[in-house]
Amino acid sequence: MSPVLEIRDLSVDYGTLRAVHNVTLTLNKGEVLGLAGESGSGKSTLAYAATRLLQPPGHVPSGEVFFKGKDLLSLSDKELQVLRWSEIAIVFQGAMNALNPVISVATQLDDVLRTHRPDVKRPARTARARELLGLVGIPADRLTAYPHQLSGGMRQRVMIAMALALEPEVVIMDEPTTALDVVVQRQILGQMMRLRETLGFSVIFITHDISLLVEFSDRIAIMYGGRVVEEAPAGEIYRAAKHPYSQGLLSSFPALRGPRRELKGIPGSPPDLRSMPSGCPFHPRCPSAMDVCGERMPSLESVEETRRVACWLEGVHV
Amino acid sequence: MTFLLRRALFYLVTLWAAITVNFLLPRLLPGDPVQAMITKLGGRLNSDAMASLYVLFGLDDNKSIWEQYVDYWGSLFRGDLGLSFTFFPTPVADVLAQSMPWTLGLVGVTTVIAFLLGTLLGVYAGWKRGSWMDNLIPVTTFLSSIPYFWLGLIAISLFSVTWPLFPASGGYAPGLVPEFSGEFIGSVLEHAVLPGVTIVVSSVAGWILGMRNMMVTVTAEDYVLVARAKGLTQKRIMFAYAARNAVLPSISGFALSLGFIVGGALLVEMVFSYPGLGYVLFQGIGGKDYPLMQGVFLVITLAVLVANLLADIGYLLLDPRTRKEG
Amino acid sequence: MNFKTKLGLGILAFFTLIAVIGEWIAPYDPSAMSDDLLSPPSGSHWFGTTMTGQDIFSQVLVGTRGVMVVGLVCGVLATFLSILVGVTAGFLGGAADEALSMLSNVFLVIPALPLIIIVASMLPSADTVLIAAVISLTAWAWGARILRAQTMSLRRRDFVEAARASGERTWRIIVFEVLPNLLAVIGSGFVGTVIFAVMLQITLSFVGVISLSTWNWGTILFWAQSNQALGLGAWWWFVPAGLCIALLGTALALINFGIDEYANPRLRKVRA
Repeated sequence: MSPVLEIRDLSVDYGTLRAVHNVTLTLNKGEVLGLAGESGSGKSTLAYAATRLLQPPGHVPSGEVFFKGKDLLSLSDKELQVLRWSEIAIVFQGAMNALNPVISVATQLDDVLRTHRPDVKRPARTARARELLGLVGIPADRLTAYPHQLSGGMRQRVMIAMALALEPEVVIMDEPTTALDVVVQRQILGQMMRLRETLGFSVIFITHDISLLVEFSDRIAIMYGGRVVEEAPAGEIYRAAKHPYSQGLLSSFPALRGPRRELKGIPGSPPDLRSMPSGCPFHPRCPSAMDVCGERMPSLESVEETRRVACWLEGVHV
Repeated sequence: MTFLLRRALFYLVTLWAAITVNFLLPRLLPGDPVQAMITKLGGRLNSDAMASLYVLFGLDDNKSIWEQYVDYWGSLFRGDLGLSFTFFPTPVADVLAQSMPWTLGLVGVTTVIAFLLGTLLGVYAGWKRGSWMDNLIPVTTFLSSIPYFWLGLIAISLFSVTWPLFPASGGYAPGLVPEFSGEFIGSVLEHAVLPGVTIVVSSVAGWILGMRNMMVTVTAEDYVLVARAKGLTQKRIMFAYAARNAVLPSISGFALSLGFIVGGALLVEMVFSYPGLGYVLFQGIGGKDYPLMQGVFLVITLAVLVANLLADIGYLLLDPRTRKEG
Repeated sequence: MNFKTKLGLGILAFFTLIAVIGEWIAPYDPSAMSDDLLSPPSGSHWFGTTMTGQDIFSQVLVGTRGVMVVGLVCGVLATFLSILVGVTAGFLGGAADEALSMLSNVFLVIPALPLIIIVASMLPSADTVLIAAVISLTAWAWGARILRAQTMSLRRRDFVEAARASGERTWRIIVFEVLPNLLAVIGSGFVGTVIFAVMLQITLSFVGVISLSTWNWGTILFWAQSNQALGLGAWWWFVPAGLCIALLGTALALINFGIDEYANPRLRKVRA
């Protein structure tokens, strides 16, 4: 397995508040990496920071993001613009607003093609746009439609078609189906995964719904309070999550397949950036908290060959 | 089409309201200034003119208010707005017909220029938020707080009195005859510079501020983030994604504030003695010339409503959500 | 609170103070004539004198009160009207909303200035309070429009739905649940109305349709204009009053920016 995108020791600040703490993550070729966590866990912030889409006051004080041997964070604006979408495309959360309401779907697809493939002639671009809509199962006559004329599911499909327009290496999906009903959600994700097999891109899949990740991703990284607290293959997380937060997250969603388990929520609410608890940020909500948890943050350590956990319950900390 | 129909209906209601207010005002307010005028003018009024003033100002006590209302509409449809006292014995309709083109030319053109210029600057200011452009805000706020007419006074004082670059009053040089000649047109343009610049400078600031705030709000929308992620050029993102959406509320605002802006612009005409409706209104005030003042009010209202309808059509073209399919 | 807002409040406080004490600290009677005809600013006449030797500095000081009173009265009256119409329309919806919205849009679109000029010149005695009332009648529509939109979005929020479900009376819901959430919008509408009213009053005075017996900044400009101050090069006659208007307008606009930024966090200044 060769890495496509490597995030190394990346931190993100909003003004003076730290939203993401020294995260290191690797996306391998052809893999679906799931990023899970409650809202405010820093999962979307991490993705936007890695692709340099963060809006002020957000900024990146330290870290590197390697894509094909280049650090994205030190590219010039011009280099970055060329690389965007043609190599790394993003399917945004809430397709409601991700499409420009006042220009047609055709123009929004064409914008990508025209900017990145300037020598392709208009008829060829239109043909490509039709082909892309066909890929996600939308009739080609919807090309001239405006976003408000499409259903939520259709808009999300258009967004996916747009993301695939330039056959990118990496597709980041940020809560791609959150606003949709469960049936449409699974249809769209299933389709996305089939497309991934034929086109061979890698995916970072960000969602708060860990049951979707268990089903659709190869590996899962769980974030809490701006840190990765556990990372392991999807099956291992599902069978035997080690971090108490991962366990809590798993038990708050019903699994569509596999054995039934008892549904429990996690008591308390996610921490606020302005008042992070000392030590491990999860300790006020943790059922197995010990004295040390409130004092120092455990580091993310490999506990098995394929698993990393940041918890004092794991005996590797000395 | 329903959108335009609804708007058209609204404009008709507004026009009806304006005309009815015009009808009621002289009947509701105490005193009888028109009667006094008529008495003063005495025998100089012929019987037709007397009759039309009676209809317009409700001096005929023998008729019920409904009959008066019907007669009033009848006069309006005949284009009879009474006689002007100030320009006696010219009918008000003729005075308005003469001054209307001047106002359309000056106020119409400068208002559109100010809107386009302000919107464009606002787009840049909003897009470049956090840069030196932010320092323009206090300056533009100050400019937008200056009354139009006062800026006009300053302009005259600086550019006509201190440095006599431009004429201080009138629509064209005295002695010229209005005709389609280079000399006359040149003179018209020369006279329009100071009042025109005054209107643009004092109204542009409002558009800059409004558009900037809309740009700032729109820039935080998802589709702008998507456009950046798509690697589009800055120009494309700024215009096709951010500004294209931000301009929509600006156009509605433009339509709604036209009545206010035109009011300010009329004052500029007064200050510069520009031969448009504003100056006519000013002369009407001095002579307590109610037929003339009411005529000006009706014509301006009509013009503002037409401009509103045009703005609606512009909105319709720019926002697909108001267009119905098929 | 940021610097801009503080500056705005500071200037407003200054003019309010002048409005109260202006008459006492004015060095001369603003209407009294003297032998210093049309003299430029000097030690004895800070802002110079008029054609008839009146002290312009005193006129500006004394005239502040009229401006501020009209601004305040109109602000209160028009804001009250806009709440009445806007919140009712937004809360009730349906036909009542259609009718009230139509009413406010009609008032918005009709050019206010020529209408008020006609009304003011028809009134036998156009004193300050009466003019304030007339201005208020044309100034409420904008606020009503914005309040209506805000109320409509509030009406669907949970806490309002909850109050309705528990059988609260409509007026109680409006006063205790809806209005407190509209304070920022009402505040900015109030400030906007004050700007509008001040401008309109000064304009009306300048045009000469309202009583010239009480001083305000517009009256000063009226006399300057009608005595050809421009042609005589007497810049001091119209510059101070105009600057005061612009300063007051700027101060109020700055306060409104503060309220806007409070209500719409996207507008807040970014720290890079």
